[in-house]
Formats: sequence, structure tokens, C-alpha cells
Amino acid sequence: MWTILKNSFFKGLLTEKRVLPDIPPCPEIEGVGRELKKTILSLYGRSLHLREVDTGSCGACESEIVALSNPIYDIQRFGIDFVASPRHADALVVTGALSRNMVLALKKTYDAMPGPKFVITVGDCAMDGGAFGDSYYRARQGVQDIVGGAILHIPGCPPSPEQILSALLGFLQTRPPKER
Amino acid sequence: MKIFSGVIEELRAQGVEILEVLESHPQEAVIRIKTEDFHRACLFMHKRLSSAVMAMFAADERKAKNAFEIFCVFLSREFQKWCILAADIPQDRPAFPSLARDIHSASFFEREIREMFGLEPEGHPDKRRLHLHDEVWPNGLFPLRKDFVVFGPVAPNGAAYCFNRVLGEGIFEVPVGPVHAGIIGPGHFRFSAAGEPIVNLEIRLGFTHRGVEKVFEHKTLDEAVRMAECVAGDTAFGHSWAFCQAIEKASALKVPARALYERAICLELERLYNHFAGIGGIALDVGFSFAAQFASVLKERVLRLNQRLTGSRYLKGVNRIGGVRRGFSRQDIQALLCEILSISGDHKELKQMLLTSVSFMDRVDETGVLRQKTARDLGVVGLAARASGVAMDLRKVFPDVYAGSDFRLITQERGDVLSRLRVRMEEVEESARLIIYFADRLADLAGAVAANFPLAAAGCALGAVEAWRGPVLYWVKVADGQVDRCKVVDPSFHNWPGLAFAVLGNIIPDFPVCNKSFDLSYAGNDL
Ligand code: SF4
Repeated sequence: MWTILKNSFFKGLLTEKRVLPDIPPCPEIEGVGRELKKTILSLYGRSLHLREVDTGSCGACESEIVALSNPIYDIQRFGIDFVASPRHADALVVTGALSRNMVLALKKTYDAMPGPKFVITVGDCAMDGGAFGDSYYRARQGVQDIVGGAILHIPGCPPSPEQILSALLGFLQTRPPKER
Repeated sequence: MKIFSGVIEELRAQGVEILEVLESHPQEAVIRIKTEDFHRACLFMHKRLSSAVMAMFAADERKAKNAFEIFCVFLSREFQKWCILAADIPQDRPAFPSLARDIHSASFFEREIREMFGLEPEGHPDKRRLHLHDEVWPNGLFPLRKDFVVFGPVAPNGAAYCFNRVLGEGIFEVPVGPVHAGIIGPGHFRFSAAGEPIVNLEIRLGFTHRGVEKVFEHKTLDEAVRMAECVAGDTAFGHSWAFCQAIEKASALKVPARALYERAICLELERLYNHFAGIGGIALDVGFSFAAQFASVLKERVLRLNQRLTGSRYLKGVNRIGGVRRGFSRQDIQALLCEILSISGDHKELKQMLLTSVSFMDRVDETGVLRQKTARDLGVVGLAARASGVAMDLRKVFPDVYAGSDFRLITQERGDVLSRLRVRMEEVEESARLIIYFADRLADLAGAVAANFPLAAAGCALGAVEAWRGPVLYWVKVADGQVDRCKVVDPSFHNWPGLAFAVLGNIIPDFPVCNKSFDLSYAGNDL
């Protein structure tokens, strides 16, 4: 208990107001987040809830998505959250090269989501298979044929947490997703 | 080496006809034997070297000699050597006697060979496919054969996967997955429970199968290094090093000391960030959020340090064949030392926070026990094995760059979640110490960071690196300057069966914490 108190007292608030300078250029997190929240507010009332599905990724994309929730990025303060069930989700985040084995699971997950809903793909794999583009086991259909085209793609291998966050904003500002 | 030839003599005395012994590298002996002796020879080596099957795989050599080749890899700690038994399987009789009934660690490898090459392990008790799910893939189509061509839609064979069922009064099944509640890879877990305790857990994986080994074929070596980084994202560095090591061995390339120290630093950094993720995950899964968040901050700090040193948070693009791409500057090393010291200070706090919390200890102590005997029988490797008292670490067996660092092998005896946690914590301390040691060495070194690599010679070799989860193995065969066959073994492949045993008798709500304490890769297993 003492260790906890000591550490929470001395460490203070770790959440960053600014992006570290040595990470590729992207706007201040704080600024990004506030704008994002405004857009989300107009679309979803209070918040944007995301459900992630790995369709054959290497795991690094997931790791970066998980990092969004750590105290340094703290994505929840902007009203964005990752939920445990597709029934609670507004958007589906798809990573990975889309293995044939995951086609059915991906479809079922999407079908379980209530509308309005849209799809976001994260990582080069999810776009065109990335390094696995010509593999025999990549589903021939592609994400767009199974759950509809992604409205936003975030490139990178893996994209950094900052990139994911700022991509979300840039997108929501310019092309609000249509109701499906 | 002399002594090892004694083992070969013993093998011969068993009545095994030895066709050829190849020792192209001091750490590796390839023993060619006849197909009919394969089973006997493997059993002998398994006992004699007291080694699990570390890898078993086939290669399609029908073009060259009308036969498939089959390899079985054992590790001799005593002789510090990889011992590879090899035999030809004529193409007109594509079958071999199964080892699975005698050596459990061969079981999954044989199933893999069966579905990928169509070679029948005769007498194997379980012939279900691992990666190519029946729901989407037909029978009789073997992707790793050389004459396999990728084409459009395939008709599935229509069969449904057959789970082992536990019958009896009051037994119920809980199916979970493939899509899980957290942000993790996909896998299907089927629990059979009687009241609270789990009486059987069946794990069905393969959902992230992407055909990695096939994709490797015909890649140039530089492309293949990049590929190896995409096999298991959390072990990107371990995989690329193991691949490079295989090529370097095959072409007898001497890697400069500077590159070796840098590689070792990167490997330990990878261990650090993953161990923090593991420690945090264990805390999170028992509901201790403060510690979990504390650990996630430490993980982020290591990732940023990686970015600072190498330009990649996951240490991608560091390795190249013959060495590394870029040398650390003095400032880099300075920054590394400062950050590591500060991180180890925080780690002490984290450790104290966890180990002094009664409610936390209550959840992890005696939970998910993997007994040493079980771990040995299943051929569990790496961190999970060390937590069960199996003192095995490639950094000890093949010290190479670790020689002189007084590397301390960390083990625990009880094999529960707490033991796996303690191994992580102590390894964090040891890794921090090693990084400082290597960085000190590196600071005094000048010179090239990569050996000159002429065009790859044809040949094959085994590369192996003790990554954070356990040994990563790459067996690579090069032809015409390209990869001809690449077998990848991620430690997860050995360890998933271990998890299925560790949870027995535990309650389902404790499964997440057991799972996290093993922290296995879906991508590395499914390939
Ligand atoms: S995009 Fe890169 S990091 Fe993401 S899953 Fe694919 S290989 Fe892994």
C-alpha cells in the first residue's frame, strides 16, 4: 500500500500533453484528442467504442492498440474506448492479413454489432496482406467483401499509437461515416 | 567434439546404419540415417541427450532425389550441440513411423508435417489438422510441397472439427473464442468443467495461419530478414536474429563483435518490454490496476528507448545478414544507460508493490501449476520451463556473446503463476545488468558493424536464439541466393500444450491469469 501511495504521489500525472519530439511528426496529442472528441460527440452522442479483431496479424499492431490505453496516451480521456463485446461497439477495428480461418469469425463479429457501424483497418497487413499479400492462405475476398469496405485505413507496420490517434481524428473531421 | 562422436558410436551400436555425419559448424551435427531406422534413432537421441524434440520438419526434395526429407532436431546441452537426424522418405511411399506415442513433443510437429506435406505419420493417435482448418481447406492439398500452386477459391472438405469431449453427470462445456474479449490474437478454448474446476481444456489454434513458411520460399535473403520480423510481432528481433544466424552459419560468416553486442542489447531490450507487458498483464488479470498501469508505462518507456536507439519501437530493421544496419553512437549508449538505470529503479518499486500485496499473492500463488515432470514430458521450453525448474536457456548452452558476462540462469521450482512472475522479475534485473555490461563493452569498440556478405552460398543451417519467451529456431536452406525452405519454430508452439495442463483443477475465472503468465503467441504458433 505504501509503495502504491508513494508512487502515485511522486510520479504524478504521466499522461502526455505533447508528443515526444523524436517520434515522427504528428500534432499534439492533446489537441488531436479534443477535436476528435468534438466530432465523436456529434456522431455518437458521448463516445466512440471500438471492438478489435485480429484476422492474422503478427501481434505488434495489437500491442500498439493496447498501448493507446496506457496512462501515457490514455485514449479514454477522449471518450474512445475498446470494448469486450461487439454488441457494445460502434466501430470494428480490423488488423492482420485476413487468414481464411478468420473469415467466418470476422463476419460474425461484425454482424453482432448494432448499427450505425463502420470498419477501420489498422496496419499494412489489413490493407493488402502486407508481407503476406500473395500467401495461399489469405482469404480471397478481402475485408471489404466480408464486412464492407473500411472507411478508414491506418497504414504502418505497426502504426505508432500517435499515428493511430491522429489518423482517427483526421478522418472523422473530413469524412464522417454514413449510417449503415 | 570428440566426445560427441562417442554418441554417434552408441547410435551405431543400436543397429542404426549411419549414412553420413556432417559437422559443418561446431554447434551442429547432421546425422543422415535410413528411413527405417529413423524411429529408433530418434528414441535413442531423445533419451541419450535427454532432450525434447526441439523441431521436426520435412522438405520437398522430389526434384533432386525423388524423395522428401525429414529432420528431427535435438539439443544436447552436454555437448553444446544441435543434433539433427535426417532421413529420406521416398515419394512413392509418403509415410514415416510416428514418434508421438513415445515422445509427446513430436506430436504437433508430426501433425504439421502431415497437413503441409501429405506425409503420413503412421500410428499417430491424433490426425486432426492444426493450421489448415477443415471448414475452409480441402483434403489432399499440401501447401509446402513444391508443386503446390496458389489458386482461387478452394472447396473445404466440409468436416467439422472434432473436440475431445468429457462426458459424465454435471460436466458442462464452455467454448470461448476465437474472438476474445481483450485485444489479443484469436484462438478457441473449450473448457470442460465439473462444478468450478476445469477438468479438461482443449485449445484449437491456427486462426492466424498466414502461410509464413511458404511465403519465405523464393525470397531473397534481405527480403527474408524483413519477413522474419513479421512472424511474431513481439519477438521481431529474436526471429530476425535467428534467421540471420542460420544464414551466417551456412555461409561461415564471422559477425563482428560490435554487431554481436548490439544484437545482444536489442535482444535484452525485447525481453524487457515483453516482461513488463507480462508482469502488467498478470496484475491486470487479477484486477490490480495500479500495478498494471505502472508496468504498462515501463513497457512504453522501453519501446521509446528502442525507437530512440534503432528507429523502431519493435526493433524492426535492425538486423541484416552479417551484422546490424547501424552502429550505436556514444550518445545512444549514454541515453541507453541512463534510461535502463531509471527503469530498473522503477521495476524495484513494481516488484515490491506486487509481492507485498496479500490479495495479489493470494491469487497467483499456487495457481496454474505446471509440474516439472509434465513440463519435461511435453517439451515445454523457455520461460515457462524455467519456472517449473527446468534449467534450460540457450544463452547458457551456447554462450557466444554472453560468455564473460556471468550470465545467471534464472529458475523457480513450483511452476505456478507466481513462479512465472518471479522468473520474469528476476530476468528483468538480469537483463538490465546485461545491457549495462554489453553497453560498456560496446563503448570501447570501433570498427565495422556488419561483415561483408558475398552472395549466399547454397547450404543449410539452423539458427537459434533464446528470445524472451524461449528458443526461436530457424532452419534455412538456401539455393540460388534465395530461400528454398525455411522452418520456423516459435517457443509458443511447444508451450501451448503446457497451458492446457497447467489450468487443470483451476477455476475458469483464473484462466486469464494462467494464460497471461505463459503469454504465448498466436501468430508464432499458427505461422
Ligand atoms: S502490419 Fe506489420 S505489425 Fe501489423 S500485423 Fe502486419 S506485420 Fe504485424
